[in-house]
Amino acid sequence: MNILYDIMEKILPFSWVEYNFMKNALLAIIIITPLFGILGTMVINNRMAFFSDALGHSALTGIAVGTIFGISDTNISMVLYAIIFAILLNYIKRRKTLSTDTVISVFSSLSMSIGLMILSKGGNFSRYSSMLVGDILSITVKEVGLLCIIFFITLIYWLLAFNKLHSVGVNISLARSKNIKSNLLEDSFSILIAIIVMLSIKWVGILIINALLILPAATSRNIASNVREYHLFSILVAIFSGVIGLVLSFYLGTATGPTVVIIAAILFFATLFISSIKSK
Amino acid sequence: MIRNINTNKKENGNQADNSRACGLHCLKIKDISVKMGEHVIIDNVNLHIHCGKVTVIIGRNGAGKTTLIKAILGEIDHSGSIEFMDLKDKSVENLKIGYVPQYVNIEKNTPMSVYDLFAGYISNVPIFLRKSKKVYETIRESLRVFDAEHLIDKRASDLSGGELQRVLLAIAITPIPNLLLLDEPVSGIDRKGMDLFYKNIQKLKENYDLAMIVVSHDFEFVRQYADHVILLDKTIKKEGTFEEVRQCEEFKKVFGRGIDEYSL
Repeated sequence: MNILYDIMEKILPFSWVEYNFMKNALLAIIIITPLFGILGTMVINNRMAFFSDALGHSALTGIAVGTIFGISDTNISMVLYAIIFAILLNYIKRRKTLSTDTVISVFSSLSMSIGLMILSKGGNFSRYSSMLVGDILSITVKEVGLLCIIFFITLIYWLLAFNKLHSVGVNISLARSKNIKSNLLEDSFSILIAIIVMLSIKWVGILIINALLILPAATSRNIASNVREYHLFSILVAIFSGVIGLVLSFYLGTATGPTVVIIAAILFFATLFISSIKSK
Repeated sequence: MIRNINTNKKENGNQADNSRACGLHCLKIKDISVKMGEHVIIDNVNLHIHCGKVTVIIGRNGAGKTTLIKAILGEIDHSGSIEFMDLKDKSVENLKIGYVPQYVNIEKNTPMSVYDLFAGYISNVPIFLRKSKKVYETIRESLRVFDAEHLIDKRASDLSGGELQRVLLAIAITPIPNLLLLDEPVSGIDRKGMDLFYKNIQKLKENYDLAMIVVSHDFEFVRQYADHVILLDKTIKKEGTFEEVRQCEEFKKVFGRGIDEYSL
Protein backbone atom coordinates (compact mmCIF):
# COMPACT_ATOMS: atom_id res chain seq x y z
CA MET A 1 0.00 0.00 0.00
CA ASN A 2 2.81 2.38 0.88
CA ILE A 3 4.32 1.85 -2.55
CA LEU A 4 1.02 2.89 -4.09
CA TYR A 5 0.95 5.99 -1.86
CA ASP A 6 4.50 6.89 -2.92
CA ILE A 7 3.64 6.56 -6.57
CA MET A 8 0.59 8.75 -6.15
CA GLU A 9 2.59 11.40 -4.34
CA LYS A 10 5.17 11.37 -7.11
CA ILE A 11 2.84 11.65 -10.09
CA LEU A 12 0.26 13.97 -8.59
CA PRO A 13 1.73 17.41 -7.96
CA PHE A 14 -1.08 18.61 -5.70
CA SER A 15 -1.11 19.52 -2.05
CA TRP A 16 -4.09 17.28 -1.22
CA VAL A 17 -2.08 14.17 -2.05
CA GLU A 18 -0.27 14.60 1.29
CA TYR A 19 -3.35 13.39 3.12
CA ASN A 20 -3.79 9.64 3.29
CA PHE A 21 -7.58 9.95 3.42
CA MET A 22 -7.49 11.75 0.08
CA LYS A 23 -5.34 9.03 -1.42
CA ASN A 24 -7.72 6.35 -0.19
CA ALA A 25 -10.68 8.32 -1.46
CA LEU A 26 -9.05 8.76 -4.84
CA LEU A 27 -8.39 5.02 -5.10
CA ALA A 28 -11.96 4.27 -4.09
CA ILE A 29 -13.28 6.71 -6.70
CA ILE A 30 -11.10 5.15 -9.38
CA ILE A 31 -12.59 1.75 -8.56
CA ILE A 32 -16.23 2.67 -7.89
CA THR A 33 -16.88 5.08 -10.74
CA PRO A 34 -15.97 2.82 -13.69
CA LEU A 35 -17.92 0.06 -11.97
CA PHE A 36 -20.97 2.28 -11.85
CA GLY A 37 -20.32 3.43 -15.38
CA ILE A 38 -20.37 -0.15 -16.63
CA LEU A 39 -23.40 -1.30 -14.63
CA GLY A 40 -25.33 1.84 -15.50
CA THR A 41 -25.37 0.96 -19.19
CA MET A 42 -27.39 -2.14 -18.45
CA VAL A 43 -29.53 -0.53 -15.77
CA ILE A 44 -30.73 1.97 -18.37
CA ASN A 45 -31.03 -0.55 -21.21
CA ASN A 46 -33.14 -2.92 -19.16
CA ARG A 47 -35.17 -0.08 -17.64
CA MET A 48 -34.08 -0.75 -14.08
CA ALA A 49 -33.39 2.81 -12.94
CA PHE A 50 -36.36 2.79 -10.61
CA PHE A 51 -35.34 -0.60 -9.31
CA SER A 52 -31.81 0.48 -8.40
CA ASP A 53 -33.20 3.59 -6.75
CA ALA A 54 -35.49 1.50 -4.56
CA LEU A 55 -32.55 -0.73 -3.75
CA GLY A 56 -30.52 2.23 -2.54
CA HIS A 57 -33.35 3.34 -0.31
CA SER A 58 -33.57 -0.08 1.26
CA ALA A 59 -30.10 0.32 2.77
CA LEU A 60 -31.41 1.86 5.99
CA THR A 61 -33.92 -0.95 6.35
CA GLY A 62 -31.07 -3.42 5.99
CA ILE A 63 -29.24 -1.78 8.87
CA ALA A 64 -32.42 -1.61 10.92
CA VAL A 65 -33.28 -5.26 10.40
CA GLY A 66 -29.66 -6.08 11.22
CA THR A 67 -29.89 -4.35 14.59
CA ILE A 68 -32.98 -6.40 15.43
CA PHE A 69 -31.25 -9.67 14.64
CA GLY A 70 -28.14 -8.49 16.42
CA ILE A 71 -25.87 -8.45 13.38
CA SER A 72 -23.24 -5.89 14.28
CA ASP A 73 -21.60 -5.69 10.85
CA THR A 74 -23.89 -3.34 8.95
CA ASN A 75 -22.34 -4.39 5.62
CA ILE A 76 -23.58 -7.95 6.08
CA SER A 77 -27.08 -6.99 7.13
CA MET A 78 -27.45 -4.44 4.33
CA VAL A 79 -26.24 -6.81 1.62
CA LEU A 80 -28.39 -9.69 2.85
CA TYR A 81 -31.46 -7.50 3.06
CA ALA A 82 -30.86 -5.99 -0.38
CA ILE A 83 -30.44 -9.41 -1.99
CA ILE A 84 -33.69 -10.67 -0.49
CA PHE A 85 -35.41 -7.43 -1.49
CA ALA A 86 -34.11 -7.69 -5.08
CA ILE A 87 -35.18 -11.30 -5.55
CA LEU A 88 -38.58 -10.61 -4.02
CA LEU A 89 -39.12 -7.69 -6.40
CA ASN A 90 -38.16 -9.83 -9.39
CA TYR A 91 -40.51 -12.55 -8.27
CA ILE A 92 -43.47 -10.22 -7.88
CA LYS A 93 -42.63 -8.49 -11.14
CA ARG A 94 -42.82 -11.81 -13.01
CA ARG A 95 -46.30 -12.57 -11.73
CA LYS A 96 -47.42 -9.61 -13.80
CA THR A 97 -50.44 -8.79 -11.66
CA LEU A 98 -49.31 -5.19 -11.19
CA SER A 99 -47.16 -2.92 -13.30
CA THR A 100 -43.49 -2.96 -12.38
CA ASP A 101 -43.40 0.69 -11.34
CA THR A 102 -46.25 0.19 -8.93
CA VAL A 103 -44.74 -2.95 -7.43
CA ILE A 104 -41.40 -1.27 -6.85
CA SER A 105 -42.99 1.86 -5.46
CA VAL A 106 -45.16 0.01 -2.98
CA PHE A 107 -42.41 -2.26 -1.73
CA SER A 108 -39.78 0.40 -1.62
CA SER A 109 -41.86 2.80 0.45
CA LEU A 110 -42.98 0.03 2.77
CA SER A 111 -39.46 -1.22 3.26
CA MET A 112 -38.05 2.27 3.80
CA SER A 113 -40.71 3.13 6.34
CA ILE A 114 -40.01 -0.01 8.31
CA GLY A 115 -36.35 0.92 8.37
CA LEU A 116 -36.96 4.50 9.40
CA MET A 117 -39.40 3.42 12.10
CA ILE A 118 -36.95 1.02 13.68
CA LEU A 119 -33.97 3.34 13.43
CA SER A 120 -35.82 6.40 14.72
CA LYS A 121 -37.03 4.58 17.82
CA GLY A 122 -35.57 6.36 20.85
CA GLY A 123 -34.51 9.37 18.78
CA ASN A 124 -31.30 7.82 17.54
CA PHE A 125 -31.77 8.49 13.88
CA SER A 126 -29.17 11.24 13.58
CA ARG A 127 -26.53 8.54 13.96
CA TYR A 128 -27.49 7.25 10.53
CA SER A 129 -28.04 10.50 8.73
CA SER A 130 -24.47 10.44 7.38
CA MET A 131 -25.68 7.52 5.23
CA LEU A 132 -27.83 9.91 3.25
CA VAL A 133 -24.97 11.86 1.70
CA GLY A 134 -22.14 9.44 2.28
CA ASP A 135 -18.56 10.20 3.19
CA ILE A 136 -15.91 8.88 0.88
CA LEU A 137 -13.14 10.60 2.84
CA SER A 138 -13.61 8.13 5.70
CA ILE A 139 -12.92 5.03 3.63
CA THR A 140 -10.15 2.76 4.93
CA VAL A 141 -7.54 0.77 3.03
CA LYS A 142 -9.28 -2.50 3.87
CA GLU A 143 -12.53 -1.22 2.43
CA VAL A 144 -10.79 -0.09 -0.74
CA GLY A 145 -9.50 -3.66 -1.03
CA LEU A 146 -13.04 -5.00 -0.72
CA LEU A 147 -14.20 -2.69 -3.51
CA CYS A 148 -11.32 -3.97 -5.61
CA ILE A 149 -12.51 -7.56 -5.20
CA ILE A 150 -16.03 -6.61 -6.22
CA PHE A 151 -14.63 -4.79 -9.21
CA PHE A 152 -12.99 -7.96 -10.48
CA ILE A 153 -16.04 -10.10 -9.78
CA THR A 154 -18.13 -7.65 -11.80
CA LEU A 155 -15.67 -7.72 -14.67
CA ILE A 156 -15.80 -11.50 -14.85
CA TYR A 157 -19.58 -11.46 -14.64
CA TRP A 158 -19.72 -8.88 -17.38
CA LEU A 159 -17.48 -10.89 -19.69
CA LEU A 160 -19.59 -14.01 -19.21
CA ALA A 161 -23.09 -12.62 -19.04
CA PHE A 162 -23.24 -9.29 -20.83
CA ASN A 163 -24.38 -10.56 -24.24
CA LYS A 164 -27.18 -12.61 -22.77
CA LEU A 165 -28.26 -9.90 -20.38
CA HIS A 166 -28.33 -7.43 -23.23
CA SER A 167 -30.47 -9.80 -25.29
CA VAL A 168 -32.94 -10.32 -22.47
CA GLY A 169 -33.29 -6.54 -22.26
CA VAL A 170 -34.15 -6.25 -25.96
CA ASN A 171 -36.80 -8.95 -25.98
CA ILE A 172 -37.26 -11.61 -23.38
CA SER A 173 -39.16 -14.09 -25.57
CA LEU A 174 -36.59 -13.84 -28.32
CA ALA A 175 -33.86 -14.44 -25.75
CA ARG A 176 -35.65 -17.50 -24.43
CA SER A 177 -36.03 -18.91 -27.93
CA LYS A 178 -32.22 -18.85 -28.05
CA ASN A 179 -32.09 -20.84 -24.81
CA ILE A 180 -31.02 -17.90 -22.71
CA LYS A 181 -31.99 -18.39 -19.07
CA SER A 182 -33.66 -15.04 -18.56
CA ASN A 183 -34.73 -15.47 -14.93
CA LEU A 184 -31.30 -16.61 -13.81
CA LEU A 185 -29.71 -13.64 -15.58
CA GLU A 186 -32.15 -11.07 -14.24
CA ASP A 187 -31.76 -12.41 -10.73
CA SER A 188 -27.99 -12.58 -10.82
CA PHE A 189 -27.75 -9.08 -12.22
CA SER A 190 -30.13 -7.75 -9.58
CA ILE A 191 -28.08 -9.43 -6.87
CA LEU A 192 -24.89 -7.97 -8.25
CA ILE A 193 -26.41 -4.49 -8.29
CA ALA A 194 -27.69 -5.05 -4.75
CA ILE A 195 -24.24 -6.01 -3.47
CA ILE A 196 -22.47 -3.15 -5.18
CA VAL A 197 -24.99 -0.53 -4.20
CA MET A 198 -24.90 -1.66 -0.58
CA LEU A 199 -21.13 -1.83 -0.30
CA SER A 200 -20.64 1.59 -1.80
CA ILE A 201 -23.55 3.39 -0.20
CA LYS A 202 -21.58 4.51 2.85
CA TRP A 203 -19.18 6.36 0.61
CA VAL A 204 -21.58 7.64 -1.98
CA GLY A 205 -24.76 8.17 0.01
CA ILE A 206 -28.32 6.92 -0.35
CA LEU A 207 -29.58 10.09 -1.96
CA ILE A 208 -27.03 10.18 -4.73
CA ILE A 209 -26.12 6.59 -5.47
CA ASN A 210 -28.69 6.19 -8.21
CA ALA A 211 -27.59 9.40 -9.88
CA LEU A 212 -24.08 8.05 -10.00
CA LEU A 213 -25.33 4.83 -11.52
CA ILE A 214 -27.52 6.48 -14.15
CA LEU A 215 -25.79 9.71 -15.14
CA PRO A 216 -22.61 8.39 -16.79
CA ALA A 217 -24.54 5.88 -18.89
CA ALA A 218 -27.22 8.43 -19.74
CA THR A 219 -24.50 10.86 -20.81
CA SER A 220 -22.91 8.21 -22.96
CA ARG A 221 -26.22 7.43 -24.66
CA ASN A 222 -26.30 10.97 -25.95
CA ILE A 223 -23.20 10.44 -28.06
CA ALA A 224 -22.59 6.69 -28.49
CA SER A 225 -23.82 4.73 -31.48
CA ASN A 226 -22.97 1.18 -30.49
CA VAL A 227 -22.42 -0.91 -27.38
CA ARG A 228 -18.66 -0.47 -27.39
CA GLU A 229 -18.84 3.32 -27.48
CA TYR A 230 -21.61 3.20 -24.92
CA HIS A 231 -19.33 1.48 -22.42
CA LEU A 232 -16.25 3.50 -23.24
CA PHE A 233 -17.92 6.91 -22.89
CA SER A 234 -19.82 5.84 -19.81
CA ILE A 235 -16.63 4.74 -18.05
CA LEU A 236 -14.77 7.88 -19.08
CA VAL A 237 -17.56 10.17 -17.91
CA ALA A 238 -17.80 8.28 -14.62
CA ILE A 239 -14.08 8.44 -13.85
CA PHE A 240 -13.75 12.03 -14.99
CA SER A 241 -16.62 13.32 -12.90
CA GLY A 242 -15.52 11.16 -9.96
CA VAL A 243 -11.97 12.45 -9.86
CA ILE A 244 -12.79 16.06 -10.65
CA GLY A 245 -15.66 15.97 -8.15
CA LEU A 246 -13.38 14.64 -5.41
CA VAL A 247 -10.73 17.28 -5.96
CA LEU A 248 -13.29 20.06 -6.22
CA SER A 249 -15.01 18.95 -3.05
CA PHE A 250 -11.64 19.11 -1.29
CA TYR A 251 -11.06 22.71 -2.30
CA LEU A 252 -14.66 23.84 -1.86
CA GLY A 253 -15.18 21.97 1.38
CA THR A 254 -18.38 20.35 0.06
CA ALA A 255 -19.60 16.76 0.33
CA THR A 256 -17.95 14.62 -2.35
CA GLY A 257 -20.98 12.67 -3.59
CA PRO A 258 -23.13 15.62 -4.65
CA THR A 259 -20.13 17.38 -6.19
CA VAL A 260 -19.45 14.34 -8.36
CA VAL A 261 -23.09 14.15 -9.37
CA ILE A 262 -23.13 17.81 -10.39
CA ILE A 263 -20.08 17.35 -12.62
CA ALA A 264 -21.71 14.30 -14.23
CA ALA A 265 -24.95 16.22 -14.71
CA ILE A 266 -23.09 19.07 -16.43
CA LEU A 267 -21.54 16.51 -18.79
CA PHE A 268 -24.98 15.05 -19.40
CA PHE A 269 -26.44 18.36 -20.49
CA ALA A 270 -23.38 19.20 -22.55
CA THR A 271 -23.64 15.93 -24.50
CA LEU A 272 -27.39 16.34 -24.83
CA PHE A 273 -26.75 19.75 -26.38
CA ILE A 274 -24.13 18.30 -28.75
CA SER A 275 -26.40 15.47 -29.86
CA SER A 276 -29.34 17.79 -30.48
CA ILE A 277 -27.14 20.01 -32.65
CA LYS A 278 -25.89 16.98 -34.56
CA SER A 279 -29.35 15.62 -35.24
CA LYS A 280 -30.55 18.95 -36.68
CA MET B 1 -31.84 -34.62 -47.17
CA ILE B 2 -32.77 -37.90 -48.75
CA ARG B 3 -35.73 -36.87 -50.79
CA ASN B 4 -36.15 -40.01 -52.89
CA ILE B 5 -36.89 -42.30 -50.01
CA ASN B 6 -40.59 -42.13 -49.69
CA THR B 7 -41.14 -43.34 -46.18
CA ASN B 8 -44.24 -41.30 -45.85
CA LYS B 9 -46.11 -40.81 -49.07
CA LYS B 10 -48.77 -38.62 -47.63
CA GLU B 11 -46.23 -36.09 -46.50
CA ASN B 12 -44.26 -35.89 -49.69
CA GLY B 13 -47.23 -35.75 -51.98
CA ASN B 14 -47.87 -32.10 -51.37
CA GLN B 15 -44.31 -30.93 -51.61
CA ALA B 16 -43.39 -28.49 -54.31
CA ASP B 17 -40.50 -29.84 -56.32
CA ASN B 18 -38.17 -26.96 -55.62
CA SER B 19 -38.52 -27.35 -51.87
CA ARG B 20 -35.49 -28.32 -49.84
CA ALA B 21 -37.62 -29.45 -46.94
CA CYS B 22 -37.40 -33.17 -46.47
CA GLY B 23 -40.87 -33.51 -45.03
CA LEU B 24 -39.52 -36.11 -42.70
CA HIS B 25 -39.51 -34.11 -39.54
CA CYS B 26 -42.71 -33.68 -37.68
CA LEU B 27 -43.76 -31.78 -34.69
CA LYS B 28 -46.55 -33.07 -32.50
CA ILE B 29 -48.14 -30.59 -30.19
CA LYS B 30 -50.32 -32.63 -27.88
CA ASP B 31 -53.04 -31.45 -25.51
CA ILE B 32 -51.59 -28.04 -24.83
CA SER B 33 -53.59 -26.17 -22.21
CA VAL B 34 -52.75 -22.94 -20.47
CA LYS B 35 -54.45 -21.76 -17.32
CA MET B 36 -53.97 -18.56 -15.41
CA GLY B 37 -55.54 -19.16 -12.05
CA GLU B 38 -59.05 -20.35 -12.79
CA HIS B 39 -59.04 -18.79 -16.20
CA VAL B 40 -58.51 -21.16 -19.14
CA ILE B 41 -56.71 -19.40 -21.97
CA ILE B 42 -55.78 -22.34 -24.16
CA ASP B 43 -57.80 -25.52 -23.99
CA ASN B 44 -56.49 -28.77 -25.38
CA VAL B 45 -54.79 -27.72 -28.57
CA ASN B 46 -53.44 -30.50 -30.75
CA LEU B 47 -51.29 -29.72 -33.75
CA HIS B 48 -49.35 -31.78 -36.19
CA ILE B 49 -46.79 -29.86 -38.16
CA HIS B 50 -44.33 -30.93 -40.84
CA CYS B 51 -41.21 -29.27 -42.07
CA GLY B 52 -41.65 -27.26 -45.23
CA LYS B 53 -45.18 -26.30 -44.26
CA VAL B 54 -46.60 -22.96 -43.28
CA THR B 55 -49.28 -23.19 -40.62
CA VAL B 56 -51.18 -19.98 -40.00
CA ILE B 57 -53.11 -19.29 -36.83
CA ILE B 58 -56.00 -16.86 -37.15
CA GLY B 59 -58.56 -15.77 -34.60
CA ARG B 60 -60.13 -12.81 -32.88
CA ASN B 61 -58.20 -10.61 -30.47
CA GLY B 62 -57.79 -12.38 -27.17
CA ALA B 63 -58.30 -15.82 -28.71
CA GLY B 64 -55.00 -16.95 -27.20
CA LYS B 65 -52.83 -16.85 -30.32
CA THR B 66 -49.85 -15.18 -28.68
CA THR B 67 -50.31 -17.33 -25.58
CA LEU B 68 -50.15 -20.46 -27.70
CA ILE B 69 -46.97 -19.24 -29.36
CA LYS B 70 -45.45 -18.49 -25.96
CA ALA B 71 -46.48 -21.89 -24.66
CA ILE B 72 -44.74 -23.56 -27.59
CA LEU B 73 -41.72 -21.39 -26.85
CA GLY B 74 -41.79 -22.65 -23.28
CA GLU B 75 -42.19 -19.19 -21.85
CA ILE B 76 -45.59 -19.85 -20.34
CA ASP B 77 -46.38 -22.81 -18.12
CA HIS B 78 -48.61 -25.28 -19.90
CA SER B 79 -49.81 -28.83 -19.71
CA GLY B 80 -49.42 -31.26 -22.60
CA SER B 81 -46.31 -32.01 -24.60
CA ILE B 82 -44.39 -30.96 -27.65
CA GLU B 83 -42.58 -33.70 -29.49
CA PHE B 84 -40.23 -33.32 -32.35
CA MET B 85 -39.69 -36.48 -34.36
CA ASP B 86 -37.67 -37.73 -37.25
CA LEU B 87 -40.15 -39.88 -39.17
CA LYS B 88 -37.36 -41.77 -40.87
CA ASP B 89 -36.25 -43.61 -37.77
CA LYS B 90 -38.94 -42.47 -35.33
CA SER B 91 -36.34 -40.91 -33.08
CA VAL B 92 -37.18 -37.97 -30.90
CA GLU B 93 -34.88 -35.03 -31.49
CA ASN B 94 -34.19 -31.78 -29.76
CA LEU B 95 -36.37 -29.06 -31.16
CA LYS B 96 -34.67 -25.82 -32.11
CA ILE B 97 -37.12 -22.93 -32.23
CA GLY B 98 -36.67 -19.65 -34.03
CA TYR B 99 -38.92 -16.82 -32.97
CA VAL B 100 -39.83 -13.48 -34.50
CA PRO B 101 -41.55 -11.31 -31.89
CA GLN B 102 -44.49 -9.03 -32.56
CA TYR B 103 -42.35 -6.03 -31.79
CA VAL B 104 -39.11 -5.23 -30.04
CA ASN B 105 -38.94 -2.25 -27.80
CA ILE B 106 -35.81 -0.39 -28.80
CA GLU B 107 -35.90 3.11 -27.45
CA LYS B 108 -34.77 5.96 -29.62
CA ASN B 109 -31.08 6.77 -29.14
CA THR B 110 -30.23 3.34 -27.78
CA PRO B 111 -26.56 2.89 -28.56
CA MET B 112 -26.86 -0.48 -30.23
CA SER B 113 -25.88 -1.36 -33.76
CA VAL B 114 -27.53 -4.17 -35.68
CA TYR B 115 -24.34 -6.12 -35.10
CA ASP B 116 -24.71 -5.66 -31.32
CA LEU B 117 -28.36 -6.66 -31.40
CA PHE B 118 -27.60 -9.75 -33.46
CA ALA B 119 -24.37 -10.86 -31.80
CA GLY B 120 -25.94 -10.63 -28.35
CA TYR B 121 -28.23 -13.50 -29.26
CA ILE B 122 -25.86 -15.76 -31.12
CA SER B 123 -22.37 -15.18 -29.79
CA ASN B 124 -20.47 -15.28 -26.52
CA VAL B 125 -17.81 -12.82 -27.59
CA PRO B 126 -18.60 -9.86 -25.31
CA ILE B 127 -20.08 -7.20 -27.55
CA PHE B 128 -18.97 -4.37 -25.29
CA LEU B 129 -15.35 -5.37 -25.77
CA ARG B 130 -14.85 -5.95 -29.45
CA LYS B 131 -16.36 -6.87 -32.77
CA SER B 132 -15.45 -10.41 -33.70
CA LYS B 133 -14.61 -10.77 -37.39
CA LYS B 134 -15.98 -14.28 -37.48
CA VAL B 135 -19.27 -13.33 -35.86
CA TYR B 136 -19.48 -10.26 -38.11
CA GLU B 137 -19.22 -12.48 -41.19
CA THR B 138 -21.80 -14.96 -39.87
CA ILE B 139 -24.20 -12.11 -39.23
CA ARG B 140 -23.62 -10.62 -42.66
CA GLU B 141 -24.32 -14.01 -44.25
CA SER B 142 -27.61 -14.30 -42.36
CA LEU B 143 -28.67 -10.76 -43.14
CA ARG B 144 -27.89 -11.35 -46.82
CA VAL B 145 -30.65 -13.97 -46.99
CA PHE B 146 -33.12 -11.12 -46.50
CA ASP B 147 -31.16 -8.47 -48.42
CA ALA B 148 -30.28 -6.67 -45.22
CA GLU B 149 -26.51 -6.98 -45.04
CA HIS B 150 -26.09 -3.24 -45.55
CA LEU B 151 -27.82 -2.64 -42.22
CA ILE B 152 -25.19 -4.36 -40.10
CA ASP B 153 -23.46 -1.21 -38.81
CA LYS B 154 -26.57 0.93 -38.56
CA ARG B 155 -28.11 1.81 -35.26
CA ALA B 156 -30.98 -0.58 -34.54
CA SER B 157 -33.18 2.26 -33.33
CA ASP B 158 -32.81 4.03 -36.69
CA LEU B 159 -34.22 1.14 -38.73
CA SER B 160 -37.70 1.23 -40.25
CA GLY B 161 -40.23 -1.34 -39.14
CA GLY B 162 -39.62 -3.45 -42.23
CA GLU B 163 -35.85 -3.29 -41.91
CA LEU B 164 -35.95 -4.23 -38.26
CA GLN B 165 -38.19 -7.13 -39.05
CA ARG B 166 -35.79 -8.48 -41.65
CA VAL B 167 -33.05 -8.29 -39.05
CA LEU B 168 -35.26 -10.16 -36.58
CA LEU B 169 -35.99 -12.81 -39.20
CA ALA B 170 -32.27 -13.23 -39.77
CA ILE B 171 -31.70 -13.60 -36.02
CA ALA B 172 -34.47 -16.18 -35.84
CA ILE B 173 -32.88 -18.39 -38.50
CA THR B 174 -29.37 -18.23 -37.02
CA PRO B 175 -28.69 -21.04 -36.35
CA ILE B 176 -31.34 -22.61 -38.59
CA PRO B 177 -34.22 -23.81 -36.40
CA ASN B 178 -36.61 -26.70 -36.98
CA LEU B 179 -39.58 -24.56 -36.18
CA LEU B 180 -40.00 -20.88 -36.89
CA LEU B 181 -42.63 -19.00 -34.90
CA LEU B 182 -43.83 -15.64 -36.21
CA ASP B 183 -46.20 -13.60 -34.10
CA GLU B 184 -48.13 -11.09 -36.23
CA PRO B 185 -45.01 -10.30 -38.16
CA VAL B 186 -46.44 -7.55 -40.35
CA SER B 187 -47.98 -5.30 -37.72
CA GLY B 188 -46.66 -1.79 -38.23
CA ILE B 189 -45.13 -2.43 -41.62
CA ASP B 190 -46.12 -0.72 -44.84
CA ARG B 191 -47.46 -2.57 -47.88
CA LYS B 192 -44.10 -2.69 -49.63
CA GLY B 193 -42.46 -4.12 -46.53
CA MET B 194 -45.24 -6.68 -46.25
CA ASP B 195 -44.79 -7.90 -49.82
CA LEU B 196 -41.08 -8.24 -49.25
CA PHE B 197 -41.77 -10.11 -46.05
CA TYR B 198 -44.06 -12.59 -47.77
CA LYS B 199 -41.46 -13.18 -50.45
CA ASN B 200 -38.99 -13.92 -47.69
CA ILE B 201 -41.34 -16.43 -46.11
CA GLN B 202 -41.66 -18.14 -49.47
CA LYS B 203 -37.89 -18.16 -49.79
CA LEU B 204 -37.52 -19.76 -46.36
CA LYS B 205 -40.10 -22.35 -47.23
CA GLU B 206 -38.33 -23.27 -50.44
CA ASN B 207 -34.75 -23.19 -49.24
CA TYR B 208 -34.76 -24.37 -45.67
CA ASP B 209 -35.78 -27.50 -43.88
CA LEU B 210 -38.06 -25.89 -41.36
CA ALA B 211 -41.70 -25.65 -40.33
CA MET B 212 -43.39 -22.32 -39.74
CA ILE B 213 -46.22 -21.24 -37.51
CA VAL B 214 -47.44 -17.74 -38.28
CA VAL B 215 -50.01 -15.69 -36.42
CA SER B 216 -51.61 -13.43 -39.00
CA HIS B 217 -54.58 -11.21 -39.69
CA ASP B 218 -53.75 -10.70 -43.32
CA PHE B 219 -56.05 -12.99 -45.27
CA GLU B 220 -54.34 -12.15 -48.51
CA PHE B 221 -51.21 -13.73 -47.04
CA VAL B 222 -53.15 -16.63 -45.60
CA ARG B 223 -54.79 -17.37 -48.94
CA GLN B 224 -51.52 -17.32 -50.85
CA TYR B 225 -49.01 -18.92 -48.53
CA ALA B 226 -50.72 -21.00 -45.87
CA ASP B 227 -50.56 -24.77 -46.25
CA HIS B 228 -52.70 -25.20 -43.21
CA VAL B 229 -54.97 -22.75 -41.44
CA ILE B 230 -56.10 -22.94 -37.85
CA LEU B 231 -58.96 -20.93 -36.45
CA LEU B 232 -58.22 -20.53 -32.78
CA ASP B 233 -60.51 -19.42 -30.01
CA LYS B 234 -59.21 -20.98 -26.81
CA THR B 235 -59.17 -24.23 -28.70
CA ILE B 236 -59.05 -25.15 -32.37
CA LYS B 237 -62.44 -24.30 -33.80
CA LYS B 238 -61.64 -25.34 -37.32
CA GLU B 239 -58.60 -26.34 -39.33
CA GLY B 240 -57.82 -27.14 -42.92
CA THR B 241 -57.10 -25.12 -46.04
CA PHE B 242 -58.05 -21.47 -46.03
CA GLU B 243 -61.04 -22.22 -48.25
CA GLU B 244 -62.28 -24.86 -45.83
CA VAL B 245 -61.84 -22.66 -42.78
CA ARG B 246 -63.44 -19.70 -44.54
CA GLN B 247 -66.65 -21.61 -45.14
CA CYS B 248 -67.26 -22.58 -41.53
CA GLU B 249 -69.75 -20.88 -39.23
CA GLU B 250 -67.18 -19.93 -36.58
CA PHE B 251 -65.11 -18.08 -39.11
CA LYS B 252 -68.09 -16.03 -40.23
CA LYS B 253 -68.98 -15.33 -36.63
CA VAL B 254 -65.52 -14.01 -35.79
CA PHE B 255 -64.68 -12.12 -38.93
CA GLY B 256 -68.18 -11.24 -40.05
CA ARG B 257 -69.64 -11.17 -43.49
CA GLY B 258 -67.19 -8.51 -44.60
CA ILE B 259 -64.73 -11.30 -45.22
CA ASP B 260 -65.19 -11.18 -48.97
CA GLU B 261 -63.31 -7.93 -49.07
CA TYR B 262 -60.33 -9.54 -47.31
CA SER B 263 -60.11 -12.41 -49.72
CA LEU B 264 -59.33 -10.60 -52.92
